[in-house]
Amino acid sequence: MASQEILREEPSRASFINDPKVRSLFFQTLVIVILFGSVWWIVQNVIDNLARLHIASGFGFLKGRAGFDISDTPIAYTSDSTYGRAILVGLVNTIIVAAAGIITATIIGFVVGIGRMSHNWLIQKICTVYVEIFRNIPPLLVIFFWYSGVLAVLPAPRESYHLPFGSFLNQRGFYFPRAVWGDGSWLILVAFILGLAMAWFVARTARQRQMATGQQFPVLWTSVALIVGLPLLAFLLSGMPLAFDMPKQSTFNLTGGFQVKPEFLSLYLALSCYTAAFIAEIVRAGIRGVSKGQTEASAALGLRSGPILRLVVVPQAMRIVIPPLTSQYLNLTKNSSLAIAIGYPDLTATAGTVLNQTGQAVEGVLIMMIAYLVLSLVTSAVMNVVNARMALVER
Amino acid sequence: MKHIAFGILGAAALGFTASAASAGTLDTVKQKGFIQCGVSTGLAGFSAPDDKGDWQGIDADFCRAVAAAVFGDGSKVKFTPLSAKERFTALQSGEVDILSRNTTWTINRDTALGLNFVGTTYYDGQGFMINAKKLPGVNSALQLSGAAVCVQSGTTTELNLADYFKSNKMEYNPVVFEKLEEVNAAYDAGRCDVYTTDQSGLYGIRLTLGSPADHVVLPEIISKEPLGPAVRQGDDQWYHIVKWTYFALLDAEELGITKANVEEMKASDNPEIKRVLGQEADTKIGTDLGVSNDWVVNIVKAVGNYGEVFEKNVGSGSPLKIARGINALWTKGGLQYAPPIR
Repeated sequence: MASQEILREEPSRASFINDPKVRSLFFQTLVIVILFGSVWWIVQNVIDNLARLHIASGFGFLKGRAGFDISDTPIAYTSDSTYGRAILVGLVNTIIVAAAGIITATIIGFVVGIGRMSHNWLIQKICTVYVEIFRNIPPLLVIFFWYSGVLAVLPAPRESYHLPFGSFLNQRGFYFPRAVWGDGSWLILVAFILGLAMAWFVARTARQRQMATGQQFPVLWTSVALIVGLPLLAFLLSGMPLAFDMPKQSTFNLTGGFQVKPEFLSLYLALSCYTAAFIAEIVRAGIRGVSKGQTEASAALGLRSGPILRLVVVPQAMRIVIPPLTSQYLNLTKNSSLAIAIGYPDLTATAGTVLNQTGQAVEGVLIMMIAYLVLSLVTSAVMNVVNARMALVER
Repeated sequence: MKHIAFGILGAAALGFTASAASAGTLDTVKQKGFIQCGVSTGLAGFSAPDDKGDWQGIDADFCRAVAAAVFGDGSKVKFTPLSAKERFTALQSGEVDILSRNTTWTINRDTALGLNFVGTTYYDGQGFMINAKKLPGVNSALQLSGAAVCVQSGTTTELNLADYFKSNKMEYNPVVFEKLEEVNAAYDAGRCDVYTTDQSGLYGIRLTLGSPADHVVLPEIISKEPLGPAVRQGDDQWYHIVKWTYFALLDAEELGITKANVEEMKASDNPEIKRVLGQEADTKIGTDLGVSNDWVVNIVKAVGNYGEVFEKNVGSGSPLKIARGINALWTKGGLQYAPPIR
């Protein structure tokens, strides 16, 4: 009885102020009020100051006519388009160069990272030198190296290098024939999608069969046959509806074909090479992080070195590799804003031009920050999903 | 949320500095003892550092003239090199007191950007330059369809370029850089066929290229580019000082007051000259403006009159050798005309 009374008395005896729940609620509310209050105060201050300085404010300017041209326009854009559209073009360019850079950096990174652990002395040293060079040079210099050191010293358009398949290389970029699809080419696309779906189905069935019976099925070759073979068959059946728009010499430049401009090339190559050096180290750390006992145990089970790497070491290494890899992807995306130094029209460049033409600095900077923030959050979200799938599932 | 809050915080900093600076530019300038002058990152004839690191050019001299009016000493100027994209924010935020950076006067800049242009120190127009050695047979801008054109971002040039090619139904590939040096380097390296900017700028840039003789400026002028200094809106006193410094330079030339003869001119019998030089009894012209009464004497002593500034920096006394043309005084058939100082 006595103990019950004590328990019941406890809350009333402790002061209201000393209740940890009330306290934490109080402080959290306080922090939120202060945070929102200061944000409110800052926003008001900016609005007041801009009005007092007679500087236009608000986001209405996004609907105005841009009036300037952009060199790389992956989506339809002319000087008659709006400022908002110009910023969107920049955003798409940033996404293109970041995505291309991430893919290439990952491939180079994995090759170099594994190469650094090679037993071949030459390969190992080459990979070490690569990592040490690119890891220790600021990315801006790497960009300038490609732009001014490699691409700018290529010959003028009239003296272009002729490459195989009707492509050209000169200081204005890399030109290659553009495929022009004729009637009935939708069939090829359908065949391609069908091939992908069938390959996925085959892979699933093969895995289930292997789980059930232990029998293996050559999934890789079947998939290649499906994904490449089906569209090829459709291509032949529909009467080869494909023509090429070849680059041709004109008064000033090469016209026709598809042009990859040196600004994009140098940014893409620089970001890939630079980030690949870091990814290589992450990959090496990941593989080193898998205990040697694992390899020895697999060997004892009779696996050869290929399957050991593919089935035992890499899956475990990926768990270590993916989180820092995400940071590198984010770094690459953000480093793409260095494009401004060589005139590639990425988000920073086009939004900067819009900012300057309209004079609305606060809004312009805000749009840029939110755009990069969203890009980074999306990248992290995707990588978190990948990470969750790779994470160790304990049984 | 936190990130966005920080973002707004950063953006707000722009607003804060602006509020600090607009409390009487003349007082702040006097307090710190010098004028902060926004110039280009290096455009021969307008604002470019010489081999000793001193800024030379019409735009740089204009800031010296304002410093002479305020302090009686033309050397009390500090220069801030600004790219085309940075310039307006730098002025709005109070980082510079005057923007004297070959900037085109447009209605948008006068209104939406919160600036006040004081006048046109140089009447210019946009032109095109090509490498005649690489492109023989091109002698008109109308033959430029399909060319790669180098241009600086965030300028009226960029807008005129788009308009010109569009209205003439021609195509072009823009090659856009933020900084003038980057545009120069790209053009010199052959990244583009055509360089476009204000014609005066083209003549200046041509001198810095590898082999200037190979390059020709095409005859077409595709726009009006009245270049002049600008100040922030909302400070009439400072606006008047800068504006009348410009007028004083013109009036001095009109009255024949030069750097060499300004001291003798003080004793002139001409009442107009006496009035301009502050030699009239009980004159209040200078003090009403917020400077000393011998402000015009100080200006002319520091940089000379408008004609002297022009000839020294872009005219016969410079490698550019640009003729006065429409920049001559109205009395000599040009457009430079100043209201009287009285």
